[in-house]
Amino acid sequence: MEQDFWETVLLTGKLAGWTTVILFMIGFPVAYLLAYKQLFFKHLVEALISMPLVLPPTVLGFYMLIAYSPQNAFGRFLEQYFDLRLAFSFEGVLIASVIFSLPFMIQPLQNGLKSIPCSFREASYTLGKSEFVTFFRVLVPNMVPSIITAIAMTFAHCIGEFGVVIMVGGNMPGETRVASIAIYDEVQSLDYATANQYSFVLFIISLLILTLIYSINGKKTII
Amino acid sequence: MLKIDIQHAMLTSEGKKNLEICTEVDPKELLCLFGHSGAGKTTLLRILAGLIRADKGCIVFDNDIWFDSVRKINLSPQRRNIGFMFQDYALFPNMSVEGNIRFGQKGEKTETIENLLALFDLMSLRKQKPGQLSGGQKQRVALARVLASKPSVLLLDEPLSALDYEMRHLLQQEIQKVHERLKTTTLMVSHDIREVVHLATSVIILKNGAVISKGNPRAIFNETIQLLNESPFQESFISVKSPVF
Repeated sequence: MEQDFWETVLLTGKLAGWTTVILFMIGFPVAYLLAYKQLFFKHLVEALISMPLVLPPTVLGFYMLIAYSPQNAFGRFLEQYFDLRLAFSFEGVLIASVIFSLPFMIQPLQNGLKSIPCSFREASYTLGKSEFVTFFRVLVPNMVPSIITAIAMTFAHCIGEFGVVIMVGGNMPGETRVASIAIYDEVQSLDYATANQYSFVLFIISLLILTLIYSINGKKTII
Repeated sequence: MLKIDIQHAMLTSEGKKNLEICTEVDPKELLCLFGHSGAGKTTLLRILAGLIRADKGCIVFDNDIWFDSVRKINLSPQRRNIGFMFQDYALFPNMSVEGNIRFGQKGEKTETIENLLALFDLMSLRKQKPGQLSGGQKQRVALARVLASKPSVLLLDEPLSALDYEMRHLLQQEIQKVHERLKTTTLMVSHDIREVVHLATSVIILKNGAVISKGNPRAIFNETIQLLNESPFQESFISVKSPVF
């Protein structure tokens, strides 16, 4: 029982950790483009990224499950060329989790970039510095609270994710059974003690993350 | 020699206006751009810096073409070797005074930084962050940072507008001292007739995007200056009723 508990907690952390890392890599360039570049379909892209905020997780989970099915083009392509079945696998849950957590990473980063006065970028360019140098030496150091908020929000959101995971991954111990699903499962089997253990861990982690966000944002409001 | 011949449609608070400038700025000149808000002064500076692309025309500095709409040349701000000083100074909060000035430098020479810190009396403030500085100190850091990049053309966008009278006067002398020493071609936006007369070697008066007068500031503002000297408290009234407008 104890081993199952820690296995589930670690799997939850692994899913949240990988989702955060992948989204950080994808999120920064996307946020930069949305904040500073004039894109033709900008509002459509912004709307698509924000969809998980309003869409029931089961809807996205359902479409992901359909897409992963070997009876459809994407699923068939993955199976034929990579011998990969994403439905009810950790990788499948990870991809779904990345998509579902997009707004939690991109929106704080985009807002952070937008909050930096544009004269900072322009000053850097007129001093002969490239966009790359400007990004790493001027923009990133002046949006640290937004970066921490984006990382913490994404991680915290993934820790508690239920709907998408259960739709795409089911409840397979060691593979797709994360803490939020375990709570539901234990309650169903009337094991309230174990459900309480999982709940307490999620409660403490979420509280710590939110306290971190508020303390950093409270401190760093002077630009 | 900086040759400017551009046309650009600007969107101002009073609607659309067409900025049309055809002028030449001599080397080592300190040219002031004077005019009401929305006349196109800042837009012109931003076009020269490459931060805005003009609709038509060309900008040539010495033998370098910075912009040519016909030949589709438009150098990025990084390739124009200009120094642009912003109204809000745009000092980077994550860097110290020294860090900000060093950021402007193109090589790694410590000597230049030391000279600039000494020139602008910033030695004792070198480790301070911009948030800890007064308006006048920020202005000096911004000017030092711009000069650290050794620009061919210096563009100053109302550098003294946010300062009180005393500090303004002090920093006017600072700008004049730097200009006399480095002889960099300088274009400066100003709303203050006294400042223009005190600093500029020539002035362009813009109205609704068009040049309405160009020449020696003393000659142009002679009558206005006399009125100002007679009744200094009527400055705002005179700037509206001035014969040049």
